[in-house]
Amino acid sequence: MQSRKLIVLVAIWAVLLLAPYWMAPLGGYTALATRVLVLGLAAMSLNFLLGFTGVLSFGHAAWFGLGAYGAGLTLKHLATSTPLALLAGMLLGGLCGAILGTLIVRRRGVYFAMVTIAFGQVFYYIAFQWSSLTGGDDGLRGFARQPIDLGVFRLDILTDATAFYYFVLSCFALAVAAMGFILRSPFGRTMIAIRENERRSRFLGIPIERHIWIAFTLSCFFMGFAGALYALVNNFADPHGLHYSQSGDFVMMAVMGGMRSFWGPLLGAAVFVVLQDYLSSVTVNWMSFVGLLFILVVLFFPRGLLGFFQRSRA
Amino acid sequence: MTLLLLFNITNGLIVGAFYVLMALGLSLILNLSNVINFAHGGFLVIGGYIAYAISPYVGFWGALLLAPPLTALIGLAVERVLIRPLYGRDPLYSLLLTFGLAFMIEDGTRFIFGPQGKPVAIPPFLAQPLSNDLFFITGYRLFMVAMVIVAIALLFVLLRYTRLGIRIRAGTLDLETVAALGINVRMLRSLNFAVGIFLAGLSGVLAAGQLGLEPTMGTGLLMPSFIAIIVGGIGSLPGTLAGGLLIGVASGVTAVFFPAASEAVIYMMMAVVLLARPRGLFGEEGMMS
Repeated sequence: MQSRKLIVLVAIWAVLLLAPYWMAPLGGYTALATRVLVLGLAAMSLNFLLGFTGVLSFGHAAWFGLGAYGAGLTLKHLATSTPLALLAGMLLGGLCGAILGTLIVRRRGVYFAMVTIAFGQVFYYIAFQWSSLTGGDDGLRGFARQPIDLGVFRLDILTDATAFYYFVLSCFALAVAAMGFILRSPFGRTMIAIRENERRSRFLGIPIERHIWIAFTLSCFFMGFAGALYALVNNFADPHGLHYSQSGDFVMMAVMGGMRSFWGPLLGAAVFVVLQDYLSSVTVNWMSFVGLLFILVVLFFPRGLLGFFQRSRA
Repeated sequence: MTLLLLFNITNGLIVGAFYVLMALGLSLILNLSNVINFAHGGFLVIGGYIAYAISPYVGFWGALLLAPPLTALIGLAVERVLIRPLYGRDPLYSLLLTFGLAFMIEDGTRFIFGPQGKPVAIPPFLAQPLSNDLFFITGYRLFMVAMVIVAIALLFVLLRYTRLGIRIRAGTLDLETVAALGINVRMLRSLNFAVGIFLAGLSGVLAAGQLGLEPTMGTGLLMPSFIAIIVGGIGSLPGTLAGGLLIGVASGVTAVFFPAASEAVIYMMMAVVLLARPRGLFGEEGMMS
């Protein structure tokens, strides 16, 4: 079992590391791989909460979008430094999530989902209305990711798509390693215990609300980080990134890939992004097809692709 | 100033009436079936476009009479085919499914009727303002509010006095016992869903006469309806009623003093309620928490 896990892990990283080389022959392009990576990180961050603590947030796009605005505004007004922009985006998304999380964790179940949707929309309206700062509906423009100065040499992530891919991949690796580390820690085990049986965990003396709040906050920090990366991918941030329909996309990626597995959401994001990219290039009615995809996945693949394969193998 | 304030309070009440109609339907479905119906706004749009499509043949009154039950029939079919398999599973799944359905309805109406707004003609005598001073009180607006009041009254009569209504209320409290007493829970959920969608269809027709029709019009009403439910308290229909009117008036009054915040104020109210009374104004402790 342990060796099989290792093989899977090696395979995943090999696929990711070599993406710029096999994407092009298959008809893709490197920037698409970069987007899959960033949205995959976002879906994994959401799944950190959804799949491993068992609470459904349907407003996570807010923290993602805040991360994007944080990074964009930093690059535009404060400092022309990519690492600082990433840090600022992560802090903005994470801290806002931490503050509102204190209100949100008071509810559970469908109530939790509804409250997260509604609070998420608050930030959508702020981004939409506060045009002087955010550019309103047109989005925030006029900033660009900056080359990274490593002392010995400069990594030109602005113009070189492959270099940027590897930069995003290393950020992704850092975040994913942190997530895996947390999930393997006693705290992560407690999260899973809460997911499996909240009442029993409460009887064991675990402070449920505090644990859910911490998991929620951590998830928001990861989400803000992904959002900041997304702003760098596009050199652009817009209010739609905070809208609940974006949250729905993230939940869909997690479910489609498989919520109960660590890597599932990345697979879901890959399928979702490639499909959306393809559909919007062939039909104007791509929204209908995405909607249909939601319905089909829920009805026929509720455990996601990974869950489906694991089940048919067993 | 008084006039302006009055104008905005009236506006707020009318908007609030729509929120209430939407939110009551959502709340019915949520309470009994634990389904957050994201497609509720979509059903409102369907109701409006049905009215638009049939009003040249049957007139406004015919459309008002026919469109809500037709919408409810579509809702019944959707419930039977798509939503019934999901009862008993994590509410996540019905949420995602109705979310996708909302996409399809919005895109479908845009495909069939085009993205431009469509007007639904209302009888001319309803379009007149009733007095010169209070220009904003047209006959149609009064009529709309009257219709909403009648619909809500009928809903509460249904829930209070009919067998179906009593079963719905009992099922909201304890579905297992209701099932054990030999009541067909599947049928109950279907009918309950249809009642909720009927209300959405009715709001669609009424909104079409006032605002005109657009494929996206339902989405804008969805979020305030959620907030009406949260503010009023999940599980309490009177709470939903109060919540909807409250946030309608609050955003109307805010529009007088600080127009940019008229959307934001309803979210502020939700935050305050969650801070001070997490169960909502009329919610019972432990309900769905």
